[in-house]
Amino acid sequence: MSDTAAELVAPAAIPAWKRALGKARSNPTTLAGVLICLAIVLAAVFAPWLAPHDPAEQDIISRLQPPSADYWLGTDQFGRDILSRLMWGAQISLTVSLGAIAAAMVIGGAIGLVSGYIGGKFDLFVMQVMDVLLSFPSLILGLIVVALLGPDLVNLVVAIALTAIAPFARVARAPVLALKERAFVEAGRALGFSHTRILFRHILPNILSEVMVMGTLWLATAVRVEASLSFIGLGVKPPTPTWGGMTRDGFENILDAPWLAIFPGIAILLLVLGLNMVGDGLRDATDPKLRNE
Amino acid sequence: MAPVLEVTNLRKHFVSKKGFPTPKTVTVRAVEDISFTINPGEAFGLVGESGCGKSTAARALLRLIEPDGGSVRWKGEDVLAARGPALKALRRRMQIVFQDPYSSLDPRQSIGSALMEPMQVHGIATGAEARRRAGALLEEVGLPAAALDRFPHEFSGGQRQRIGIARALTVEPELIVADEPVSALDVSVQAQVLLLLKELRERRGLSFLFVSHDLSVIRWFCDRVAVMYLGRIVEEGPAARVLANPLHPYAQMLRDASPIPDPSRRGVLPRIIGEIPSAANPPPGCPFHPRCIHAMPQCSRDMPAWTSAGPGQGGVACHLHG
Repeated sequence: MSDTAAELVAPAAIPAWKRALGKARSNPTTLAGVLICLAIVLAAVFAPWLAPHDPAEQDIISRLQPPSADYWLGTDQFGRDILSRLMWGAQISLTVSLGAIAAAMVIGGAIGLVSGYIGGKFDLFVMQVMDVLLSFPSLILGLIVVALLGPDLVNLVVAIALTAIAPFARVARAPVLALKERAFVEAGRALGFSHTRILFRHILPNILSEVMVMGTLWLATAVRVEASLSFIGLGVKPPTPTWGGMTRDGFENILDAPWLAIFPGIAILLLVLGLNMVGDGLRDATDPKLRNE
Repeated sequence: MAPVLEVTNLRKHFVSKKGFPTPKTVTVRAVEDISFTINPGEAFGLVGESGCGKSTAARALLRLIEPDGGSVRWKGEDVLAARGPALKALRRRMQIVFQDPYSSLDPRQSIGSALMEPMQVHGIATGAEARRRAGALLEEVGLPAAALDRFPHEFSGGQRQRIGIARALTVEPELIVADEPVSALDVSVQAQVLLLLKELRERRGLSFLFVSHDLSVIRWFCDRVAVMYLGRIVEEGPAARVLANPLHPYAQMLRDASPIPDPSRRGVLPRIIGEIPSAANPPPGCPFHPRCIHAMPQCSRDMPAWTSAGPGQGGVACHLHG
């Protein structure tokens, strides 16, 4: 390789994120995941206009109807339209999961970033606290928090966020440990940069993609935990439709009207699957070991 | 002529505890009481084999790692006592160029941003003026100003090293600590980067602390040189004298081990005895005595004193010359 300026005349290389996006798009599994998630997000956002019925409207005459032209996914024991309730319920699932993961990503990410950068005994202490948090299964920890605070939307977000802070702290810390030994961090110190500047302007951008990929994968876990908590009655209170709650209600009529429990179950499955597919695709696309293949 | 940099008895030990259940404290004496001065516009070489503490010494005097003892003075000002704004002002005066051009640039930062950031931090220039200066610096190190909007991964090792040099120049330093600046590069690129450094030195009147294990590079670049062995300076003096007629047996060994680019003058390669001892467990007396062909009983007991090699010829720490 010669060291001449002429080499620079070559067209600019594609930025890393564009390459990652292109790679993700060329993978059919990732593409399917994106489409599933997009469909559910659109259904949730436009539920007030798209839902064929009012999700709270009770109609005793048409209760427990099987899927039909009028009620595409049938009706529940109060005659409410399942499809409309699923669309409105998606709002709860997505709001709770996105809110919780966003909070966990910011708080956990900041803990990992600072702890890894400071290092030493402080890092040891913080990571041991995180290990204690990590030793609780998400569902159990979520259950304890909701039971203590009471079931409502905000507490649900708090509970799920709390379960995800420790994993984010760990994922953020590991690359910081490697990055802080790189010469560009030392160069920053030699140039008189403050620790805050080095941490947030130079280290943070370099760990962001890993934390984002982790976020997508944990979104799936958050959806699952939210549905589980709703299923055991610790979710957002009825009559607000939630997917977990609808599955639970459907159980009472599982033999007469199996679609009551099956359709919300499929909705949960699809969203978790879609998020996992997107997360896997993003992980592969940003993994430097696979990047050049 | 008053020196710009005075390093006196600089010391850095790394302490770690190892073992279970009864941990033992291991002290690695990376830098042990080294002293030297650098005059304005002078290039001072620090030479020695891997692990002798030369990079640690360079980092300690820049306070990239905190030294344990000694003093470092920049034009009389105490570097080791400086805090906050005083330290920031001193950092502007001394800059470092790293060995590995692949890890010395932030992969997510454009070249332009990397060059403009130090100017903003030190209030030298902002906005369009900073960009103009950054472009001028790139051209000074032999890259087109168009490279400002590109990212490190688009450059070769030699080009990155040029960018690293340009970044060090953004704060208008007077001293550059070059820590093995060319040893990670291809030989052809090494020559280009060395030429660039020499050119910058002459044009800007820069002083250099040049850390290297390559004697031919030191001979070409430096006015004075110090030979380090196991954390200590064993010989110091004008580069021409030290590299042609070394007094210390270790410096002689280094000279004889470096190749001569002339087959007709090829001699018998000297035997090199043993490995460099661990700095965690240095031998008593002269640190070099276990490998020295001239070792005397005295060498394993007493640390040799510093002896002058004549006026303007530096000095040596060896019982043979004591």
